[in-house]
Amino acid sequence: MITGIKQSPFFTWSYRAYVILFFIYLALPLAVVCVFAFNDSQFPSLPWDGFTLKWFFGTESPSIGVFNERSIIRSIGTSAFVAFWVALLSVFVGTCNAFLFTRYEFRGKSLLYIVMLLPLIIPGIILGISILVFTSNIANFLENATGLWFDNLRPGLILVILGQFSFITTFATLVISARLQKFDLSLEEAALNLGATKFGAIRSITLPFLYPAMIGAGVVAVLMSFENFNTTLMLVGSDAPLTITMFDRLKLGSTPVLNAVSLLLMVASAILGLMSLLLQRKSD
Amino acid sequence: MTSDKSKLGFFLLLSPLLLWLMTLIILPHVGMFFVSISEKVGVRQYETGFGNYAVFFNEPLYWNTFARTAYMSIAATFLTLLIGFPVAYYIAKLTKGRTKTTLFLMCLIPFWVSELVRTFGWMILLRETGVVSNFLQYIGLVDGPIEFLYNDAAIMTGLVYTSMLFMVVPLVTTLDSLDDSLIEAGYDLGGNGYTILREIIIPHAMPGIVSGCIVVFMLSLGNYLTPILLGGKDSLWFTGLIYSQFITRFNWELGSAFGFLLLGLSSLIVFVGLKLSRQSLTETMGR
Amino acid sequence: MSEIADLECRELSKSFLDFQAVKDVSFSVPKGTFFSILGPSGCGKTTLLRMIAGFQEPSSGDLLIKNKSVLDVPPNKRPVSMVFQHLALFPMMNIAANVGFGLRQRGVDKREIEKRVETVLERVGLPGVGNRSINQLSGGQKQRVAIARCMVLEPDVLLLDEPLGALDLKLREHMKIELKKLQAEFNTTFVYITHDQSEALVMSDQIAVMNHGVFEQIGTARELYYQPKTAFVAGFVGEANKYDAKVTAKNGDALKLVTGDGVELSGLDAVGGLNEGDRAQVFVRPEAIKISRKQADIKGMDNGHSGEIESILFNGANSQLLLRDNSNGAQINITMPQTGEFRDLTKGDNVYFGWEAEQTRCYLADKVS
Repeated sequence: MITGIKQSPFFTWSYRAYVILFFIYLALPLAVVCVFAFNDSQFPSLPWDGFTLKWFFGTESPSIGVFNERSIIRSIGTSAFVAFWVALLSVFVGTCNAFLFTRYEFRGKSLLYIVMLLPLIIPGIILGISILVFTSNIANFLENATGLWFDNLRPGLILVILGQFSFITTFATLVISARLQKFDLSLEEAALNLGATKFGAIRSITLPFLYPAMIGAGVVAVLMSFENFNTTLMLVGSDAPLTITMFDRLKLGSTPVLNAVSLLLMVASAILGLMSLLLQRKSD
Repeated sequence: MTSDKSKLGFFLLLSPLLLWLMTLIILPHVGMFFVSISEKVGVRQYETGFGNYAVFFNEPLYWNTFARTAYMSIAATFLTLLIGFPVAYYIAKLTKGRTKTTLFLMCLIPFWVSELVRTFGWMILLRETGVVSNFLQYIGLVDGPIEFLYNDAAIMTGLVYTSMLFMVVPLVTTLDSLDDSLIEAGYDLGGNGYTILREIIIPHAMPGIVSGCIVVFMLSLGNYLTPILLGGKDSLWFTGLIYSQFITRFNWELGSAFGFLLLGLSSLIVFVGLKLSRQSLTETMGR
Repeated sequence: MSEIADLECRELSKSFLDFQAVKDVSFSVPKGTFFSILGPSGCGKTTLLRMIAGFQEPSSGDLLIKNKSVLDVPPNKRPVSMVFQHLALFPMMNIAANVGFGLRQRGVDKREIEKRVETVLERVGLPGVGNRSINQLSGGQKQRVAIARCMVLEPDVLLLDEPLGALDLKLREHMKIELKKLQAEFNTTFVYITHDQSEALVMSDQIAVMNHGVFEQIGTARELYYQPKTAFVAGFVGEANKYDAKVTAKNGDALKLVTGDGVELSGLDAVGGLNEGDRAQVFVRPEAIKISRKQADIKGMDNGHSGEIESILFNGANSQLLLRDNSNGAQINITMPQTGEFRDLTKGDNVYFGWEAEQTRCYLADKVS
C-alpha cells in the first residue's frame, strides 16, 4: 500500500466515492432484475404493486410462473444438454492441447499456438456464420452426391454444440495448461522410476493433479455455454436454448417471468462459481 | 522423445487439436471467403468476383453502419478504460488482504450471468416506464416520463457495462505486479501524481491496457444483443446487418462478405494495437 | 559542532496501532559523513529511514535538514534521495531516462539534462551507457545507476536502504569498497541502513546500533567494537564468547564473577553500575584469548582455563578453534594465532587458554532475559 504519499482528504474521499459509485453501477442492473421478479404486475417496471411469488409458481394464464412455463423449462433442458456436451468435448480437447503445448517441442508449435488463440479474437457472430456456411456447403454437396439427407449439418443442436465448442476449447486449453505448467515433472519421473508405465504414471499422478483445473475449465465451459448468444444465434434450429428463447420473448415485450428466470440463472451461476472457487482453493 | 511410443502419443494429442482448428476455425473461414467472392448471376449460377464487396462500398447505408460500428466500439473501449482504470488502481494499489479479494470478486460477480440478463437489467432501468425515469420524476427533476432507451448513449452504457470485466481484470493483474517502491522512488526523485502516472504507472500497465482494450473492442464490435435491445431496431450495428443478410434475406454471399469485412476490421485494430504497444498476441491473450 | 548538521533527528518516534517502531531517537549527522544505522531486522531502522525520506510521518519529534524542519515537506520536495532496497530502477525507461527522471520533474532544460546525466554516469564509472536498458546491466552496475539517479539531483542527504542485500557475496564485498569510494567522490552525506555488521564497520564514519526502536550506541566502528556500551552492542557487533554470571565481588571497575556452572571469572565493569549480587552478561572476544600448550604460559592471566579442541574451522587468516572448556563443558571460540606455532593442532588436543580481566566486558543483564 502506498501509505507514504499523503493526498488531500478531498481527493481521498472523492476517489472512494467514485469507487463506490462504480460498484453501484455494476450492481444496479442485476439488482433491479432480481427485485422485479417479485413485483405483482404484468410488466417488470414501476410502480411496485406488491410482493408475489407468482412469477415462479403461478399457474394461471396471464401470470404463469417459471416452473409451469413449458417453453422455458424445455429451453433450460436444451441449454443444459448443449452445455454438457460442450463442457465434455472442450475439457477433453483442452487437456490434450495442454499436454501437447507443455510437453512437446515441434516445428510450427508457436504458429499452432497462435492459431489456437484465434477464436478469442474472432467475433462470435462470425464464428457462427462461418460454421453455418461451411456445414451447409458440405451438406449440399453430400446431398447432391448421395441423394440422402444430412440434417445434422443443418442448423440445430449439433451445430450449436460445435459452434460453442469451437471457441470455449481455447479457454479450456488456457486454464488447463496454466496448471500443467506448474506440475513438477520429477513426480512423474519418480513414478516411472518406481516401475509405472508412462501412461500409468500420467493417469495416477498427473491427471489427479490436473483435476481441479479440468473441473474449473468444465464449470467455465458450462457457464459460457449457458450465456452464449452470438454464435448460438446463427446456428440455432428449432430447439432453442434458454438465451435464444429469452431473447425472442424480450423482443415481444417482457413479463416478470423473465426476471424470475434471470434470478434463477444468477443463483445457479453463483453456486457453480462458488463451488469451483472453493475447489480451486482447496487444491492450492 | 524419439521412441515410436512417444511419437504415437504426440500424434494422438495433435489430432484433436488439428481436427478442431481445421474443421471449425480454418476451413469454415476459408469457405466463407470463397462464398463471399461468388456472385449470384442466376438461379444456382455463380461467378467469382468481388461484386459483394462492391455492393458494400456502393451502398452508403452499409459502409456508414460499418464506420459507425467501428468508432462507437473505439469510443466504448476508451470509455471502459477511463472508467475502469481508477477502479483497477484502487483495487490493486490502495487496498490489500481481504478487502482486495472482496472488491476483486465483486467486479467479477455481474459477469457470472448472461449478457442477456445484464442488458435486460438496463432495459428495466432506462425505459420510459423504467426505474431511472420514475426516480427522476419522484425527486422532481422532471415532470413527465423520459425515454432513455433507443439512443446511442444507451448503447454506450450497455457496451461499457458488458465489457468492464475484461478491462478491469487485466488492469488489476498488471498494476498488482507494479512494485510500490517504483512509485515511491518516483516521488522521492521529485515526481508528482501526474508525472508518476504518466511515466511509471501507465507504461508499466501497458500490457494490461492493451489486452483489455483489444478484448473490449472485439466484444463491442461483435456485439449484437446490446445494440439491438438498447438501441432499438434502427441501432445500425454491423452485426445486425450480417444477421439480416443471413437469416431474413438469405443473401449468404453478401453476408459472408460483410462477415469478412468485420473480421478484417477487428484483426486490423488488434494488429495495430499490438504493434503500437509492441506486444505479441501470445503474451497478451495467453494469460 | 560549529558546522550545521546535514541531518538531525530530535526525539523522533513512530507508533503504529499496536507497537512503537521508533522510540525517541535523536542524532545528528555532520556534512559529508557516511552514517550507518545497524540493527537486526524489525529493529525499526526501515521505519526511521522512511520517515527521513518522507514516506512515513513521525508520531512525535522533529526532523531537520540543514537546520530546517522538513516535517511539512512532502517526499517529492525533500532534499533527500533514496536508493531503494531493490533499487526501484524504472524498467520502462532506459538508463539515461532513469537518471534524468528527477531533473525532468524539476523542469530542467533537455540539453542540460543530457549533459548532467552523462557527467554523473561518468562519475560513477559508467560512461556512455545511457541508451541501454536496465536489464542489460549487471547487479553492480544497476547499483551505481541507482546512486547516479539520486546524485544527479545533488541531494543534501542520500539514504540507502540495504542496497547490497540482493547481491551475491563476492559482489557485495566489492560494492562495499565501491560505495565508500563513491561517497568520498561526491562528498555527500550518506545514511545507510543495514543488518550486516561488516558492511557498516567497513564503510562508515559513524555507526548507530539500533535495537527495539532505540539507538543503543552511536560511535565509530572502533568504538563500537572495542568499547561497546551495552550488552546488545557487545553481542551484535563482532563475535564474542558470552557467559551469564553473577557478581561476587567488586573493587572499582574490577569484578569477580561466577557463572551458573561454577566457573570463576575476573572481569571489567564496562559501563559502570554493576553491584555485588547483580546478574551480568559477560563478553570475551575470540581474538582476546591466548592459547598455549603449556599451562605456565597463561599462569599470569586473570582468567585461565584448559580445554579440548572440538573442531578447527580453517579459514586462512580468520581460522578459529572451537574448544570444550574442561571445567564446565562450555564451548569457547578462539581465534587461531597466525604465528604458525599452532599449525599442527588437531582435534582432541588439550590446550590451555586465558585472557585478561580488562578484555572481559561485563554488563548488567536484562531483567527480561
